[in-house]
Amino acid sequence: MSPVIENPLIKVEDLRFYYGDSRALHGIDLDFPEKQVTALIGPSGCGKSTLLRCFNRMNDLVDGSRVEGQVLLDGENIYAKSTDVIELRRKVGMVFQKSNPFPKSIYENVIYGLRIAGEKNKTLLDERVELSLKGAALWDEVKDRLHESALGMSGGQMQRLCIARAIAVNPKVILMDEPCSALDPKSTARVEELIGELRENFTIIIVTHNMQQAARVSDLTAFLYEGNLVEFGRTEKLFVKPAQKQTEDYITGRFG
Amino acid sequence: MKKNQNMNKFWRVGEPMVWLSGAALAMTLLSALVLLVVVMVNGLGVFWPSAVHKLELKDGSLLAGSLIRTEKTADASALRHQYKIANRDLYGLDFRWIDVADIVASTTPAELLVLERMEYGDFYGQLKALNTANQKSQAPTLEALRQALAQVTASKEALSELDERLQDLNYASEGLRLQLLKLDYEPQTADDAQRRRLGDEKQIIDREFVELVQLQTRRLAEIRKQTATFADLGGQKKDIVLADIVQAYAPNTMTLTDKLIFYAGKLYELVAGEPRESNTEGGLFPAIFGTVMLIFVMSLFSFPLGVIAAVYLREYAKEGLLVRIVRIAVNNLAGIPSIVYGIFGLGFFVYGIGSGIDQLFFPERLPTPTFGTGGLLWASLTLALLTVPVVIVATEEALGAIPREMREGSYALGSTKFQTLVRVLLPMASPGILTGLILAMARAAGEVAPLMITGVVKLAPALPLDGNFPYLHLERKFMHLGFHIYDIGFQSPNVEAAKPMVYVTALLLVLIVLLMSSVAIRLRNRMKKRYTFGTF
Repeated sequence: MSPVIENPLIKVEDLRFYYGDSRALHGIDLDFPEKQVTALIGPSGCGKSTLLRCFNRMNDLVDGSRVEGQVLLDGENIYAKSTDVIELRRKVGMVFQKSNPFPKSIYENVIYGLRIAGEKNKTLLDERVELSLKGAALWDEVKDRLHESALGMSGGQMQRLCIARAIAVNPKVILMDEPCSALDPKSTARVEELIGELRENFTIIIVTHNMQQAARVSDLTAFLYEGNLVEFGRTEKLFVKPAQKQTEDYITGRFG
Repeated sequence: MKKNQNMNKFWRVGEPMVWLSGAALAMTLLSALVLLVVVMVNGLGVFWPSAVHKLELKDGSLLAGSLIRTEKTADASALRHQYKIANRDLYGLDFRWIDVADIVASTTPAELLVLERMEYGDFYGQLKALNTANQKSQAPTLEALRQALAQVTASKEALSELDERLQDLNYASEGLRLQLLKLDYEPQTADDAQRRRLGDEKQIIDREFVELVQLQTRRLAEIRKQTATFADLGGQKKDIVLADIVQAYAPNTMTLTDKLIFYAGKLYELVAGEPRESNTEGGLFPAIFGTVMLIFVMSLFSFPLGVIAAVYLREYAKEGLLVRIVRIAVNNLAGIPSIVYGIFGLGFFVYGIGSGIDQLFFPERLPTPTFGTGGLLWASLTLALLTVPVVIVATEEALGAIPREMREGSYALGSTKFQTLVRVLLPMASPGILTGLILAMARAAGEVAPLMITGVVKLAPALPLDGNFPYLHLERKFMHLGFHIYDIGFQSPNVEAAKPMVYVTALLLVLIVLLMSSVAIRLRNRMKKRYTFGTF
């Protein structure tokens, strides 16, 4: 049923996740290939965001949450006791649904991750800012006001700034949690275009409500329902000829 | 039918609620405004040199007085005036009610003088003779008197340099005395050479001190020989030492410009001068300084303490029974009457910690306490305890109001909790934290009760900040505007005469709170601009 993925970068094995007593994920097995875009789709409350947040252990912040099973990144279990969460989050960046630039200058926002890692070399920082902003297709718009507050930007620019901020630390994986849901169609198109460019260098996992978007940007798609993985496959196949009835019902809009 | 519908709509839209809230706002604004106006009306007129009337009464007596107020007699058939007649040393009281019917004539002659004196309040009367070293004249002019006064003031100023020198010498001598005492306490380390050296030093200083005191006494006696003779309108003569006259003026001849200049001079004296006459006259500088200093030192303690405590409560402490209890306790702390804090400060800080410090570090000064008595430090700490809940609550609110995405955004880039706190959360919370500080400062500035038992005095001999090492003397007692109001308004021997000063002091206190708050508000607005999202 699932496509065979050679040398997966992230390997999820029997992942179960609990909020207190209630189980949100019931044993997920999923492999994510390197330098491809994988979309997680499903109705609200199906656990796709929870799953995404397991990859950089963002769920650690939730009181009373508990994880069973394994998530292997490069063959190492990120839930092992020896894992340094700080180190992990540098490898697995994240872009949120609501853009969240810090109340600092554009420049400081981009290098935030490097600053907290203790990087002080001015030349390197300058270079990285330019590179990251170019990578996020933002450089031309902001190169003359790098030291102005990031809070004066438009919504779409802010979201691209958050992407630039994520790629500035050079992660392996970028997690995107409905990155376009608060953006207008034009900004959405720009971000989608950007995702297409980013896949050359990064492994991207994107959660989206918008099935057209999943179809447009992703190479692989996983459909989750009520905490279970229903179907996982190449996007063109899953959307055109889903193997499961549930998947078909969902993508044709019969429920969800 | 139609009317009923209209009424329904009226209630549905909530019109009455809008009016009610508008009225409530108007009421609060109005009460604040009335408060300010009352204080200003009563306070600002105090220094205006109003006309002094020469009154001829029915019984044939003559009287000089300035009109204070007018009211109806008991049966409401006539009016009576209250006049300030001054000359407390001659008449025994400063104010007198006179029925309008008793006044035969009221004029404002130019030769009537007002003398502001160091003692006994103002003098209203005429200048009869000058009796100075280089001038002895009968019927001198006001100008001549002013010149003589200027000379006296100049020689007094020369004396004040001497005074400063004396203070320094006294301070140095006291320091040496304490060092010697300390040597007595530690016999094992004391060596005779050191003791002798200190003793010699002290002797030299003491000798100079005695000489200077003698010089000062001689000079003062010389200055005090210069007098002038005045007479009230009844013809009673009074010799007044020129050195006791602060200034002399003839309000009936002053033009508006003169009066304005006079007024400005009095205002300057108020904020920069020392108090006289058990605080009912002169300036308020020591009290202003004490108040500002108190609030400043209080902020130094309560701001960091409150912020750090709130950060722990909100960011680090695990939500649970204990944290809930702590939170309730903090909120209740804000509601404890301030006098209770005062008693706590006295028992814990002054008698507990203060006495402990004295026994450890200043045993040679005992039984005279150094820190074991009320002082700026203990008063500030007491107020800091009083205001710390305000800062804690404000900081907690501010931290809690930061959207979750900001924290997650920072964590997702690999930052630790501490880095997130310092680089993102605290800057974003700073406007809210500053609001807390503003509230805390305003509350502290208004407190008097706890200060009365932890270090405020009616008249402090020295400021808590001066040129003598270690410059900042937190153990010293200090003066405070709020206590000043209480003291001169209710404890002074001559309440009626002190009343204007009560209003002026109140006005000044309000102004200082306003000034400090507006500085903090400006700061907060700048932070707000920097750290919050604009609407887009």
